[in-house]
Amino acid sequence: MTTFIIRRLLQLIPVLIGVTILVFSLMHLTPGNPAMILAGENAPDATVQAIEQRLGLNDPLPIQYFNFLADAIRLDFGVSMRDNLPVADHVMPRFWVTLELAIYSTIFSIFLGLIAGIVSAVRQYTISDISIMIVALFGLSMPNFWLGLMLIQYFSINLGWFDPTGWGSPNQLVLPIITLGTAGAAIIARMTRSSMLDVIQQDYIRTARAKGVRERYVVYKHALKNALIPVVTVIGLQFGALLAGTVLTETVFAINGMGRLLIDSIQARDFPVVQACVLIIAVIFVLVNLIVDISYRLLNKRIDLD
Amino acid sequence: MKQEENILEVKDLRTSFFIEGEEVKAVDGVTFDVPKGQTLGIVGESGSGKSISALSILQLIGHPGKIVGGEINFKGENLLDFSEKQIRQIRGNKISMIFQEPMTSLNPTYTVGQQIREALKIHQGLGKQKGTDKAIELLELVGIPSPQKRVTQYPFELSGGMRQRVMIAMALACNPELLIADEPTTALDVTIQAQILELIKELQQEIGMSVIMITHDLGVVAETCDYVAVMYCGKVVEYADVRTLFKNPRHPYTVGLLNSLPRSDVDQEELIPIKGTVPPPHDMPEGCRFAPRCPFATDLCHNHLPELKDVGDGEQIRCWIYTDEWDGDPEVKVYEPERTSENK
Ligand SMILES: Nc1ncnc2c1ncn2[C@@H]1O[C@H](COP(=O)(O)OP(=O)(O)O)[C@@H](O)[C@H]1O
Ligand SMILES: [Mg+2]
Repeated sequence: MTTFIIRRLLQLIPVLIGVTILVFSLMHLTPGNPAMILAGENAPDATVQAIEQRLGLNDPLPIQYFNFLADAIRLDFGVSMRDNLPVADHVMPRFWVTLELAIYSTIFSIFLGLIAGIVSAVRQYTISDISIMIVALFGLSMPNFWLGLMLIQYFSINLGWFDPTGWGSPNQLVLPIITLGTAGAAIIARMTRSSMLDVIQQDYIRTARAKGVRERYVVYKHALKNALIPVVTVIGLQFGALLAGTVLTETVFAINGMGRLLIDSIQARDFPVVQACVLIIAVIFVLVNLIVDISYRLLNKRIDLD
Repeated sequence: MKQEENILEVKDLRTSFFIEGEEVKAVDGVTFDVPKGQTLGIVGESGSGKSISALSILQLIGHPGKIVGGEINFKGENLLDFSEKQIRQIRGNKISMIFQEPMTSLNPTYTVGQQIREALKIHQGLGKQKGTDKAIELLELVGIPSPQKRVTQYPFELSGGMRQRVMIAMALACNPELLIADEPTTALDVTIQAQILELIKELQQEIGMSVIMITHDLGVVAETCDYVAVMYCGKVVEYADVRTLFKNPRHPYTVGLLNSLPRSDVDQEELIPIKGTVPPPHDMPEGCRFAPRCPFATDLCHNHLPELKDVGDGEQIRCWIYTDEWDGDPEVKVYEPERTSENK
């Protein structure tokens, strides 16, 4: 297991190098001279040259890349073009907000998805199963910004139960979490259901029953552990999709998270901030995949490492 | 023959599957006894209802299957009258079962030890340490080398033969009075087959349990069984002790099975397969289920279903030939030992 984790960590290196090259190229692939972009259209030549000098833009590209990499590892992405404050000062507070939103939503979708999926499978073809699956289909097909707007309309404006905007107090958390977590919950519910139905047919389930195991333990001990194996992968993919989904959700609920920061920075052509946001999202995505791989392997001892 | 005590008496068991409003009678009036401490073989072609009969005994039939009638008397009590809780206390404790597919019958996500311990915990309340000790003891009993190591391994680390031994260890954990083995060797290599059968036989003598050995292989029956029930299309067609069955088989289906089997105890001129095929469940013949394939069938056979009747010596036959109503050749010889010559 340890060798497996070490090997997977080593495999991250080329992936991360690829990601950093892409992010680094953002500046250089955009039309125009980065220093010019940084300085603004009407800046005098002297300013542009000063910037080129400061950023080392006259160095060969590989050198520039390694400097960028060395800075990135120290979480130093330079200064924002809008206010010359360090990029980290912009990104970090926003990052915690988005991370909170993403984690709470994931917990919400796992919790709801697993319960709904298990109930559906155990009561296959009953009213509960059919209703859960219909609701899941809706949850899956609804664009999440639309769901967000509907929730605000009903629960904030009509009923006044929750705050329609912001992030922090409990009554600001509920609606964004539901908005962001619903699609994931629906996917997890469907996956759990089909996986459970498949597992419950297996010979080893019959063996467990033949041993005198109670039906409850047959389901929760023997079937669930096996049924979760494919679900774990879905949960991992879900988390990735969710990071992207935060952009819309943050916009709808006016949450000052990284998603909104990213959009604002793209519009303001604030390249250093864009680079930092993209890199952080990419690294998290890769790390989550690693965690999924490891849990998948912990659950399923049969997987061949090679 | 002296009257023996039966540990299990199955009477007129009926189990059906209900698929799209149609009833498929997988087990259609099965009757047999398992004498205490002895081995009953249930033999028949694939699809004849052997597994469903066995699963019905422990009420392991799931939707869309349902036991629709009969009695399963275990030590004088009808298991079909038991509550779910009572039947759970029988399963894996008084009656255990091992299955045809060792590769898929163990849970891939739990260790061998965990799976054996589970039965010990449920029925004897053994904790982790005592359970593990007992599990190691059981693995040793079923002939698994280095049981200390095996007990912490996962099923994927074991071969098919080893897994079947683990299944047997699991089944024997609580010293069952009856072991149901559903084709325990069909999925295994021939040499492993012999070892597993030998193991079951030894353990039976050691523990004194009764066994139901399900198989489609008369060779296995000859080797391991004391009594035999021959099944065809969800019904028992012949029930006899094993010597009688091999020496003087009476039902044409049993004779057909014997003639299609290579034997070492008699010289055979040729192997004769039974002609025709098993009828599909939705197209069962009205009379004797075997009539379309039977060389002796008459109008009576084609139109009327014979009963399973005692013919003396504890033997039971479901065939018109052995009744007073028989309308065919009164001198008919179903089994002709003279066609083959005796050979000591
Ligand atoms: N899950 C099922 N659904 C519908 N029919 C079934 C099912 N399982 C078994 N049957 C029916 O029961 C018959 C007997 O099956 P089985 O007892 O498994 O035969 P075997 O003698 O080979 O063990 C089959 O021919 C089939 O028609
Ligand atoms: Mg079978």
